[in-house]
Amino acid sequence: MEFLFDLTANGLLVGLMYSLVALGFVLIYKATSVINFAQGDLLMFAGYAAAVMTGGHGMPLWAMVLVLCAGMVVLGFVLERGILRPMVGQPVVSVIMVTIGLSFVLQGLVTIIWGASTRELALPVRFEPYIVGPVYISPINLVAAVIAILFLIGFGVFFTRSRLGVAMRAVADDQQASMVVGIKVPRVFALSWAIAGLAAAAGGIIWGNQIGVDTFLALVGLKVFPVVILGGLDSIGGAIIGGLLMGVIESLAAGYLDPLVGGGTKDFIPYVLMILVLFIRPYGFFGHETIERV
Amino acid sequence: MLRLNNVEVVYDRTILVLRGVSLDVPTGRIVALLGSNGAGKSTTLKTISGILAPERGEVTAGTVELDGVRIDHREPADIVKHGVAQVMEGRRTFQLLTTEENLIAGAHTRRDKARIEQDKDLVYEYFPRLAERRGVKGGYLSGGEQQMLAIGRGLMSSPRILLLDEPSLGLAPMLVEEIFEIVQRLNRDQGMTVLLVEQNAAMALTIAQHGYIMENGRIVLDEDAEVLRNNEDIKEFYLGLSEAGGRRSYRDVKHYRRRKRWLS
Repeated sequence: MEFLFDLTANGLLVGLMYSLVALGFVLIYKATSVINFAQGDLLMFAGYAAAVMTGGHGMPLWAMVLVLCAGMVVLGFVLERGILRPMVGQPVVSVIMVTIGLSFVLQGLVTIIWGASTRELALPVRFEPYIVGPVYISPINLVAAVIAILFLIGFGVFFTRSRLGVAMRAVADDQQASMVVGIKVPRVFALSWAIAGLAAAAGGIIWGNQIGVDTFLALVGLKVFPVVILGGLDSIGGAIIGGLLMGVIESLAAGYLDPLVGGGTKDFIPYVLMILVLFIRPYGFFGHETIERV
Repeated sequence: MLRLNNVEVVYDRTILVLRGVSLDVPTGRIVALLGSNGAGKSTTLKTISGILAPERGEVTAGTVELDGVRIDHREPADIVKHGVAQVMEGRRTFQLLTTEENLIAGAHTRRDKARIEQDKDLVYEYFPRLAERRGVKGGYLSGGEQQMLAIGRGLMSSPRILLLDEPSLGLAPMLVEEIFEIVQRLNRDQGMTVLLVEQNAAMALTIAQHGYIMENGRIVLDEDAEVLRNNEDIKEFYLGLSEAGGRRSYRDVKHYRRRKRWLS
């Protein structure tokens, strides 16, 4: 029972980190209907940039965070303008291929610029775990979770309280009707990529710190697929809950199944779950509530 | 106030939908634009709002002027800022946004927070039913409420002219009357200029002062509403009345119609 608590608590913390990555993905899909296969690579790019800035050049942490966030926002803008904008109105498959292409270009780019060896992304957080009853919590997980929560709350407030956030949701709802009320739809597209860039920056720092920075960091992006399928491709709340669920399931699988089969279950259980969910609710548990009047 | 001069619109670079439409909406008036399905009424409104691009339409000739300023070939957001609000056919409220958020989205082009709040209160005053349902998602409103919300959302941009595309579509006669009354009140109290596209000609001609009849992408009649109401052809085709006052076979009408067109 104590083991279960421990696994669940740590699973939830990791899950929040998944939610953060999924958020960037859902945002782009919701506003622009583009399935962005490069979200993980954006995150990896951010991780590399963060590791390089804090590593050799010895930039202070706050400066690195500032530069990274600003840089990723700009990168998001540039990608939308340069690559996605010309694809508006093209078939879905073409747009998906473009994001897949982008993913490989980013992988190649970081290897060319910064090399393929694994880098460390250190954060000034103590190593010894906090012990709360039966639960061991590593401080870094806690920090990551707090960052994730802050981001998620920030986005939540932005989408419900601000004029621009409401406009973004309106565009996701009905593009032509948004144009008629005077919302600049292309600008909203660019903005959603910029925010996805910001989410990638946060994800890159916390995931880079957890598993080290190399091109494998991009695989975190693939984990997002079961998360968003579980939660629903176009639901921000779903992304959060999906991420939490995924974290817990992974953690439980690693704790209970690994000893039986010799390890590795946490890497594929999420995908098994994804396939099961697709059987039952193809649009996810919280996906697009198509409101239909009867 | 609003003037279209010989506007031609082509869809997909091949289909000529508007063949030189000219019309004039004077300030403070309600002008009705009538016609059967596919005549080009909605296209005319979309042309004015500059939202043909998503449907691969393009203005190939003519001009759209608002108070003497050309507004064709401008960004839709720019046109809204100039004071043109359109309430699209089929209501098109934001389904996942609450009533209140729909109105906020409607005021997107404006920055004057205090005035926006005032206008929101004004909308709630005109449509008390929306005030009751301000926290409810647009998709859960009834058809009539959604139409009210769509008009309210249009008003939130503080327009000088309101383009209404079939506000009566799919609504019960009582609701249609209610909505038309509100349009009339807006015109009378706020001096709102209205361009009204309708299939329900009888209703539209009772509140409009002037009417245009469209057919095949052209304006074929341009008269005072009063004159149109008494025009025998209009009675026949749009108001469902015949000269004798009695019923007539559909076949006769069709025959008559084929023989006599206004233009061509």
